[in-house]
Amino acid sequence: MTKRNGEKGAGLKGAVFCAYAFVLFDACAGHQQSAVDPAGPQSGKIAVLWWFFFGLLTTIFLIVMVFTLLTLTRRGHRSGQEPLNASHLPPGADEKELTRIVAAATIATVLILFVLLIASVSTGKSISELGDKKNGMVIEVTGNQWWWHVRYWNDDPSQMLVTANEIHIPTGRPVMIRGMSQDVIHSFWVPNLHGKRDLIPSRVTTEWIEADQPGIYRGQCAEYCGLQHAHMALWVIAEPQAKFDSWMKHQLRPASPPGGPTGERGKQIFLNSACIYCHSIRGTAAGGQTGPDLTHFGSRRSIAAGTLPNTIGNLGGWITDPQGIKPGTHMATIPVSSEDLQPLLEYIEGLK
Amino acid sequence: MNQTEPIPNSSEREAQALRDLENSWQTPRGMIGWLSCTTHQAIGMRYIVTAFIFLLAGGIEALLIRLQLALPNNTLLGPDRYNEIFTTHGTTMMFLFAVPMMEGMAVYLVPLMLGTRNVAFPRLNAFGYWIYLAGAIFLYWGVFTNTAPDAGWFSYPPLSGPAYSPGKRVDFWAQMITFTEVSAMCVASELIATIFKMRAPGMSLNRIPLYCWSMLVQSFMVIFAMPAVMIASSYLLSDRTVGTHFVNPAEGGDPLLYQHVFWLFGHPEVYIIFIPALGFVSSIVTANSRREIFGYPGMVLSIVATGFIAFGLWVHHMFATGLPQIGEAYFTAASMMIAVTSGVQIFCWIATLWTGRLRMTAALHFVFGFIAIFVLGGLTGVILASVSLDVQVHDTFFVVAHFHYVLIGGALFPLFGAFYHWFPKITGRLMNEAVGKLNFWILFIGFNLTFFPMHILGLKGMTRRIYTYGSEMGWELGNILATIGAFIIAAGGVVFLINIFLSRNRGEIAGDNPWDADSFEWAAASPPKSYNFEYLPVATSRYPLWVAASERTFVTGLRNDRREVLVTTLMDAEPHHRLVLPRSSLWPLLTALAVTIGFIGSVFNAWYITYGSILTGLAFVGWFWPRLPVETKP
Amino acid sequence: MRTLCIFGVCFFVVFTSCQREKRDLRPVPTRLAIYSDAARQSPLRPGGAEQPQLRVTNPYNGSAYDIAEGERLYEWYNCSGCHSHGGGGIGPPLIKTDWIYGGEPENLFDTIVKGRPNGMPSWGGRIPEYQIWQIVAFIRSMNGQQPRSATASRADTIEQNPQTIQNRTGGATK
Repeated sequence: MTKRNGEKGAGLKGAVFCAYAFVLFDACAGHQQSAVDPAGPQSGKIAVLWWFFFGLLTTIFLIVMVFTLLTLTRRGHRSGQEPLNASHLPPGADEKELTRIVAAATIATVLILFVLLIASVSTGKSISELGDKKNGMVIEVTGNQWWWHVRYWNDDPSQMLVTANEIHIPTGRPVMIRGMSQDVIHSFWVPNLHGKRDLIPSRVTTEWIEADQPGIYRGQCAEYCGLQHAHMALWVIAEPQAKFDSWMKHQLRPASPPGGPTGERGKQIFLNSACIYCHSIRGTAAGGQTGPDLTHFGSRRSIAAGTLPNTIGNLGGWITDPQGIKPGTHMATIPVSSEDLQPLLEYIEGLK
Repeated sequence: MNQTEPIPNSSEREAQALRDLENSWQTPRGMIGWLSCTTHQAIGMRYIVTAFIFLLAGGIEALLIRLQLALPNNTLLGPDRYNEIFTTHGTTMMFLFAVPMMEGMAVYLVPLMLGTRNVAFPRLNAFGYWIYLAGAIFLYWGVFTNTAPDAGWFSYPPLSGPAYSPGKRVDFWAQMITFTEVSAMCVASELIATIFKMRAPGMSLNRIPLYCWSMLVQSFMVIFAMPAVMIASSYLLSDRTVGTHFVNPAEGGDPLLYQHVFWLFGHPEVYIIFIPALGFVSSIVTANSRREIFGYPGMVLSIVATGFIAFGLWVHHMFATGLPQIGEAYFTAASMMIAVTSGVQIFCWIATLWTGRLRMTAALHFVFGFIAIFVLGGLTGVILASVSLDVQVHDTFFVVAHFHYVLIGGALFPLFGAFYHWFPKITGRLMNEAVGKLNFWILFIGFNLTFFPMHILGLKGMTRRIYTYGSEMGWELGNILATIGAFIIAAGGVVFLINIFLSRNRGEIAGDNPWDADSFEWAAASPPKSYNFEYLPVATSRYPLWVAASERTFVTGLRNDRREVLVTTLMDAEPHHRLVLPRSSLWPLLTALAVTIGFIGSVFNAWYITYGSILTGLAFVGWFWPRLPVETKP
Repeated sequence: MRTLCIFGVCFFVVFTSCQREKRDLRPVPTRLAIYSDAARQSPLRPGGAEQPQLRVTNPYNGSAYDIAEGERLYEWYNCSGCHSHGGGGIGPPLIKTDWIYGGEPENLFDTIVKGRPNGMPSWGGRIPEYQIWQIVAFIRSMNGQQPRSATASRADTIEQNPQTIQNRTGGATK
């Protein structure tokens, strides 16, 4: 009965390990927002360290478990074993041997941990050397409840771009993210590119990211920041330098004029409503600073910090009922009449 | 009696002595008696039962969380309700279940293991329980009136500050902390005094059971760690109520100050929960391998080292805040180093099991489960100790998986093992072993199904504390597995309750020492009498009950007509003097009421600090009023 | 008898603090309309039967979340630009007892919607009604007219612009 229990235990544990392995391979598959699918040098080094730790520590786990389970098979199998009932101790020679083994295991543990420590510290050091102030660019990211204010730093103020929720970066170039917060602690995290950095009010934290190849990478706020922490995502789009330069040039221009009369009517509706109290559109009278900049909103991937894909229908839903989509959001529910809604949407989506 | 009465013979004298002993240690009947009780078994049981109720409450909250997260874009719980529930789940489990449960088990077991009759400060013991109960009721009053805290179980400012957490939710959280930490410190101080000074004669420090070493180290840790959280929560509370700026960045305060002070408590806290469980495992392993624990000195040094090192790790909760690299590297080293001390314990247990004559009781099953789960959790802890890896998996479900592995594996599984191991002592009946083994397998499978996928979810980018997620993220499989596992865990809990209720009424009668174990609690009756031992035992070995019965000796000469115990010296436990302990008293309850009025009132109006202090002062006068020991009249 | 007492206590307990802690995140559609006769300034109504004036109450009275939202909107809509943080500047103080247009919630609502002579803008038709009520609740809380337990003790930030803080601390910390 007791022996069966031990074997049953071993069999079950084997099955569990197989399940672990399967799920693990699921994790290995390339995935957005995955720490084990690196797209830049920083996250690449971290991923290498991860697999090293994972391999070594899994081996240790298996060794410990084998020895633990083997204790179940040892009863009554050693000949000449003294009954323990009287002295409650095995023979002295056994104890000496055990002492040597336990001491060796302890020393091995210390050595393995030392190796892991060295690996970790040297990875940290080599990651910190990846930042390059001369060649890099600086992007200021300010966390707000529940969106990202983005400002591209430039020594020439007229070349500073203010946008929101979406960052474009050139591939192969280090980018320093200078993080700040408007209200509570947030955390900037784009797993494919690097680990996270908290955005703490009254402090400036920095992190270097870099994309090796073009791609679209999703990030998400990683410090609980209130009601809509779940819906505070951002997109980092890496593109070749030339494409990035043309994107930047376009974004620095003021808002494109509306395409037709409906768009023009939409612009008037926008400027005559409470929207301008929070939002700004460069090139118009709208200059609100408390909400995201909308100058080139039409060219962005998502609405409300990654909550909805940017389509005209979604935008209509968002404007008419923001609390239904993102309850607690600071976007006010401004009533828009049905005949005003369509022109307004056309105008905003036209801000490419 | 006068000279003309005949002197009773020796058996009559002994019977009278026993009657006197029972009378001295008896708790009066009725409501007043129940409210004024100061015996450690009753108070220990109250802690255990109350903490278990909060385990169930926290479990229900966990099931609600899992139901909401089972499907993407689920609408079972909105963000506000979800935030309240996950905060209350963490708060309940950490403050209202884990620490009080460990305290309660210690209050029950430590005097028995040391061979004495009560803890050193019985009225403080009672006061500690009432304060814990008051804090727990206060928090749950908030939970049922939409005032549950919603800023996370560690409530970082500025989110938890007055501007971003309106209302009284976080105030309830912060003040509940004060209640429960006062309670923990009461128990810690009395356990230290008891373990140092009230041991059986002959039980020198190198002979005390490993569980008592665990509780000694844990109690010192409580005394150093709990004030830190009281300070942190007081910063927050006074910022919110009276307009200070401790953690307000605009006026020179610093949100990171809160984090440092909180985690200075928070990291030792998890060891405060875990170290008593190590003691449970040592007791269960010793009894069920029928051999002395391997490497007792190493085990003791490991526990002490763990207690010390635990205070040097806290910054690993803050690796993402951009602190200097050199400092972070130190904390990486320390966080890895503590794996050595835990490792030594694991190796010693494996060595004991290897050479023991194992009896596969349900309790020992839980020990094996503990080893499997805790070692895995500890190894993910080594991953989290590395700064570069931590900045990827911090604040994701990887961390959620890690801490549930170490807390459930490291503390809950040994706790269930302890329930199965000591239930016969507490109630006099054995728990059903077959149901116990089934209980173990359900919990083990359910636990791994719930929390293993969370490692993967964290690596795939699923952050913590989100009330929903999109279907495009690819997190559905892990979440649905976790939810199914959570319900299996719940089923395991139900099986356990069924076992408790069945065994209480119909379990096999246990006798004093059903496991043929080694420590003194197994010499007392099952259940123990209110005085534990008719004659206090003397320890001649580290494993006193494994000494032949004919060679065991006892203490005589203590008076039975009052509550007397023997105080012994610290190192070698030589008898030093007799101590009279107080009998039942209502003053602990009255003092707890006074303190409660002050604490709860001050959340709404700062003047209650004054009113509460005056009332508490009056209560102390009553408590400490000098009285002669009450003697049982023949 | 004991169960009745327990039920009574639970009933009582459940209904205290309901108002203070409520969080109605999604405004009811009727709250999105603007209506401009919250507080009539004359009791005289020529023609028709005598009709008592409707007593308008602030739906967010005593609700801590909405008072906090009112505090946020007070900054975001730049009320502080003229009224500072209640002490007044270009505009009159909002912490006072001598309200020239009335200090009851409906009067404050009217003032915000309609504007007043000598510089108070008319926000009606722009800010939705529910936000005006939140601002009214906040103003009333500044005057001690809201339960103390629902009123925030202080704003977390006095400086709102992180750029200024960064310049004060001299740039990047790491």
